[in-house]
Amino acid sequence: MQVYLIKRLMLFIPTMLLVFTLVFVILRVVPGDPAVAMLSGGAQTEKAFTQEDVDRLKAKLGTDRPLVVQYGDWIWGLTRLDFGTSFFYDQPIWDDIKDRFPITFELTVLALLMAGIVAIPLGVLSAIKQDSLPDYIGRIITIGGIAIPNFWIGILMVFFLANVFDWLPPLGYTDIWKDPWTNLQQLVFPALALAITHMAFVGRVTRSAALEVIREDYIRTARSKGLSEKIVIWRHVLKNALLPVVTVAGYEFGRLMGGTVLIETIFNVPGMGQLLIGGINHRDFPMVQGIVVVITFLVLIINLVVDMIYGMLNPRIRYT
Amino acid sequence: MSLQPELTRVQEQALAGLRPKRSLRTHIFNFYRTKPLGAFGATMALLILIVAIFAPMIRTHDPYFTDHEKLYAAPSSEMYFGGDTLGRDVFSRIVEGSRISIKVGLISALVGCTLGMVIGVSSGYFGGLYDLVVQRLIDAMIAFPALVLALALMAALGSSINNVIISLSIIFIPSTARIIRSQALAIKETDYVLAAHAVGANHLRIMFRHMIPNVMAIFIVTLTFLMGVAVIAEASLSFLGLGVGPDVPSWGGMLRGATKNYIGISPLLPVIPGLSIAILVFSWNVMGDSLRDILDPRLRGTQ
Repeated sequence: MQVYLIKRLMLFIPTMLLVFTLVFVILRVVPGDPAVAMLSGGAQTEKAFTQEDVDRLKAKLGTDRPLVVQYGDWIWGLTRLDFGTSFFYDQPIWDDIKDRFPITFELTVLALLMAGIVAIPLGVLSAIKQDSLPDYIGRIITIGGIAIPNFWIGILMVFFLANVFDWLPPLGYTDIWKDPWTNLQQLVFPALALAITHMAFVGRVTRSAALEVIREDYIRTARSKGLSEKIVIWRHVLKNALLPVVTVAGYEFGRLMGGTVLIETIFNVPGMGQLLIGGINHRDFPMVQGIVVVITFLVLIINLVVDMIYGMLNPRIRYT
Repeated sequence: MSLQPELTRVQEQALAGLRPKRSLRTHIFNFYRTKPLGAFGATMALLILIVAIFAPMIRTHDPYFTDHEKLYAAPSSEMYFGGDTLGRDVFSRIVEGSRISIKVGLISALVGCTLGMVIGVSSGYFGGLYDLVVQRLIDAMIAFPALVLALALMAALGSSINNVIISLSIIFIPSTARIIRSQALAIKETDYVLAAHAVGANHLRIMFRHMIPNVMAIFIVTLTFLMGVAVIAEASLSFLGLGVGPDVPSWGGMLRGATKNYIGISPLLPVIPGLSIAILVFSWNVMGDSLRDILDPRLRGTQ
């Protein structure tokens, strides 16, 4: 187990290095010089600035140095947990990420919880009553959930809350430790919008996993020795069917963390997604790089944790 | 898995080989009989495709023409879905938008899946250092959040339909390659590949004649799923303003600014484009789901 863990952690290094290189290269191909973008204020109007201004700003941002030097500098900083300084805000990236990260994290956890609470019973029910009316309804709901863009759900939520109920959740973000009630009001709708797509995924995985488990010999044994259907389902089917669900939930977590941009835009939640889109629009390279590094690292850690949990839940798997 | 279904399956497969080949018409008929939901999806998909092909004849107005007297016009017999923020005809824009969604969905999924298949099959077949390097690259690309990668690529390439297709194709490569590779690893060990080696077939022949045809089932399933993903991704990018460009009548682009501009005006404006996306992706997904049941023998019993 320990050997496996160390092996996996060692594999982080090449993967992370590749991600660093990938994001660095993609961002340097972006047309539009950050210095010019900052001087023109991002607006279309041609503000007066001379080549000298551009050169001075470039020198200040460090974008006049060769790419190799910039890359080396950035990587060297990362090894000391220094994410660099934002081009646009002119302050350490880490300060922004540190503030925004918990918001997106909370949103993601809430969404995943909501998705699980609905999807797991739905998937199991669908599997027990295979090819019956509840199964068809469940399948239509889960396929529908994947087909519906979650940002559209978000738009409709804002729209109907405002028009029909004449009420809008207090858009924005309040610290959960200061005012938990307002915090919940603010995050419950964006989380619900996010949850719908993931509910569909988790529901489908639960259904197909439960279908496979139901056909196993030990379920027949459990039934034939006279266990009540309730115990068979709860103790035997659900417990075994949850294994793939845990894996999927883990991978979904990573996707959610990187996929909240649209929902954060619609509900005006000041999370990492908004920071990211701002960073892309302002050509704020260090900001985008920093966010990608944080999300990727989190995804890798979660995948590792999921694999570990999987091993604990399923004693048939031995890590060597 | 118990032995009994396994045996019946083998018997069924053996029998299927003996049966005379059925005509295409019986195949379609059987599809409709056994998979009503999938058949419904296929019919819907076909209908939307017809709308997209004949879009110039179906639309009633020029989708780009702005008419300042028709700002937020209510639905009428002249403008079926009313007018939008600039007085453009929403119905014509929806009809025109079907072309963009279908084009982006089909091409990006096809290109991404094909490249992913070639990489997956070759990586599984050759193994060794090549496989190791490719797998690490795929690891990195999968760890990189897809939407973030799409946003960065779109910022680098600039807004246009072709650039949306290029970035989505790139994003689809790693996941497809990973799925296909695991399948290719299993096929590589089969007797028929060994036999092909024994009769002296070269690598290319083995890959194209023996391996690729056998990953086709999983390829088609992945393809239909990613088609839907591509449509939603295009809509998301256009919604954020990094997609097909500001005036192009993309369904996602039509939702741009919806919460700000439309509240209290017309509920149809945000509802119709989103519903169009949902219907298209839903029909593709149920079609793909049923195809998976039919094509993937391991799932034939479980659905």
